[in-house]
Amino acid sequence: MTIAPGKKKQKIDRLAELAARDDERGVSLWQEAFRRLRRNPAAIVGAAILTVFVIVAVVGPLLVPFGPSDTIGIREGLIRPGVIPGADGDHWLGYDHQGRDEFSRLIVGARQTLLVGVVSTLIGLAVGALIGGVAGAAAGLGGRWGRWLDSTLMRIIDMMLAMPSLLLAVSIAALLGASLTTVMIAVGVVSVPVFARLLRGSMISQSNSDYVLAATSLGVRKPKIALTHVVPNSLAPVIVQATLTLATAIIEAAALSFLGLGNPDTAIPEWGMMLAEAQPYLDIRPGLAVYPALAIIVTALGFTLLGEAMREALDPKLRK
Amino acid sequence: MTDTDILVEVRDLKVHFPITKGVIFDRTVGHVKAVDGVDLRIPRGKTYGLVGESGCGKSTLGRALLQLTPPTAGEVVFDGVELTTLPAGRLRTMRRRMQMIFQDPMSSLDPRQNVESILTEGLQTHGIGAGRDDRRRIIGETLDAVGLPRWALSRYPHEFSGGQRQRIGIARALVLGPELIVADEPVSALDVSIQAQVVNLLDELQDNLGLTYLVIAHDLAVVRHISDVVGVMYLGALVEEAPSDRLYREPLHPYTRALMSAVPVPDPDVEDRRERILLAGDLPSPANPPAGCRFHTRCPWAQPTRCVDERPALREIGASRVACHWAEQIASGEVRPHKVEVQVTRPLDEGENPQVVSAPTEPGSYV
Repeated sequence: MTIAPGKKKQKIDRLAELAARDDERGVSLWQEAFRRLRRNPAAIVGAAILTVFVIVAVVGPLLVPFGPSDTIGIREGLIRPGVIPGADGDHWLGYDHQGRDEFSRLIVGARQTLLVGVVSTLIGLAVGALIGGVAGAAAGLGGRWGRWLDSTLMRIIDMMLAMPSLLLAVSIAALLGASLTTVMIAVGVVSVPVFARLLRGSMISQSNSDYVLAATSLGVRKPKIALTHVVPNSLAPVIVQATLTLATAIIEAAALSFLGLGNPDTAIPEWGMMLAEAQPYLDIRPGLAVYPALAIIVTALGFTLLGEAMREALDPKLRK
Repeated sequence: MTDTDILVEVRDLKVHFPITKGVIFDRTVGHVKAVDGVDLRIPRGKTYGLVGESGCGKSTLGRALLQLTPPTAGEVVFDGVELTTLPAGRLRTMRRRMQMIFQDPMSSLDPRQNVESILTEGLQTHGIGAGRDDRRRIIGETLDAVGLPRWALSRYPHEFSGGQRQRIGIARALVLGPELIVADEPVSALDVSIQAQVVNLLDELQDNLGLTYLVIAHDLAVVRHISDVVGVMYLGALVEEAPSDRLYREPLHPYTRALMSAVPVPDPDVEDRRERILLAGDLPSPANPPAGCRFHTRCPWAQPTRCVDERPALREIGASRVACHWAEQIASGEVRPHKVEVQVTRPLDEGENPQVVSAPTEPGSYV
């Protein structure tokens, strides 16, 4: 290797390189990820679906033409054994088996679905991230005692992972008695191990990186390193997982309702419950099952599309 | 080496990593002796180069010196202060005076911090600079010193080229005003053209700021250019230490000879005629190092006596320190090289007992 003394030339080269750049501010990783997200058609579709879903869930119940538990069809004598009328002028999706307006019920049900999905995911995220964060920080930076704490926490998480998720949710719902809160807790608990494992693994791998060593060599304290370096760099997969979990949470909440472990307040419609109620009338009016099923599928698809697009946008390997 | 002003002294430093088994309770089944008894001294304002093949423990030595990896035994004396027994709080204060530069500038910079935040972190930790403006001034001066523009402050590491990132890494170390910098393979991840720039930058900074360097590298040319004294490591221990010109001109230890014979000479006639020493076999496992001289399993000059059962200590021969029983005889030609059979050694408790097998290809050939 030759080391030329031509420092002047080096400086000129460097200046040329610098001049080629404009003077805009730096772009952080989050900003860049967002730029990539905006260019991804799947992300746009997913975001569009979810925007519609959220708007419907928030303002829809205020605008529906009919009360969701108003048994119009029975009052007007339209519902007879073996007959459930389909769509007509005012009732776009027809009536359900009790003569209630199906369209109104779907709209009102969206709010319930969003509420259960979001709250249960938040429960899972909060508890899981707390356990995973403690375990990850302990294993990555805590030395011998840290590894012991991490092993203990992870064995508990493993036990939860070993149980089939729906079975776990059903057991919790059965134990706590059916209520809206129970559904949220049951669905939330199921996602705890996933978040805990994910954050822990991500934190351990970040703890072994050179920039953590560099921060140690600067003299930064370990708790501060964990909070300012390790956690922020470990969050991306957790956020992606949260988006994907919203989809499963909605499906699981619907499954619980379907099994009769959902919200006992039947005045408030819920997509899973509607699906369950439609079951005996499949041969008369299959639409009653198709509409809520479609609603569940499309919403879950929206979350999944956005989640997958976020995974791609945040993946450091795909960074240019 | 004269006893003028020693900044760092390492005495019999050992770093052993436990090999553990077991699911819940860790059971120690052995130790990887990454660093196994190293003594060295670095004079203030000088550069100590550390070379050796991958896995010989040179990076671990650098980290143990900075107390980033806790040493198992031995002492590290930095400017009269023993670091290995220092309480955590005082050690943190001392860290200001000794910094590190890493091999891969991308992984050693937090991707979510912009340059200003990277450089401010150390200043805040040590309470350097009165207020924001004062810190800005210190950071600005550091950027000038490493040749980065001011607009770099608001940018993130991924927006820079490899050479610029390494400059950020150097700036992070420099901003605290350290006396010692441990540079772990500072240029091996960079393009050759950029390597020269960074090496020159390190040289320039040493001249201007009176820094002391410990440069760890496997590139012999870089080490020769930058170092005053070079230490050669093999399997966790120093085998030879000498002023850099002398080491390259007159290597005394057989391992150093083999290393030096691998450096190409930019003259085709010399290149064709010069003697190449090819070492047979791989580096033995540091979990189960050979008894006696650690190099005897691969040494073309190994003798039936002493080499196998007596571990050679570093002794002074002229200006060099060499850990070889036969260094003088090898230098005078009294002891001749011979063929080496490849020995396969396995870690403890694994597979059959270590046994001698014949080499698949030309064993220990020397032209």
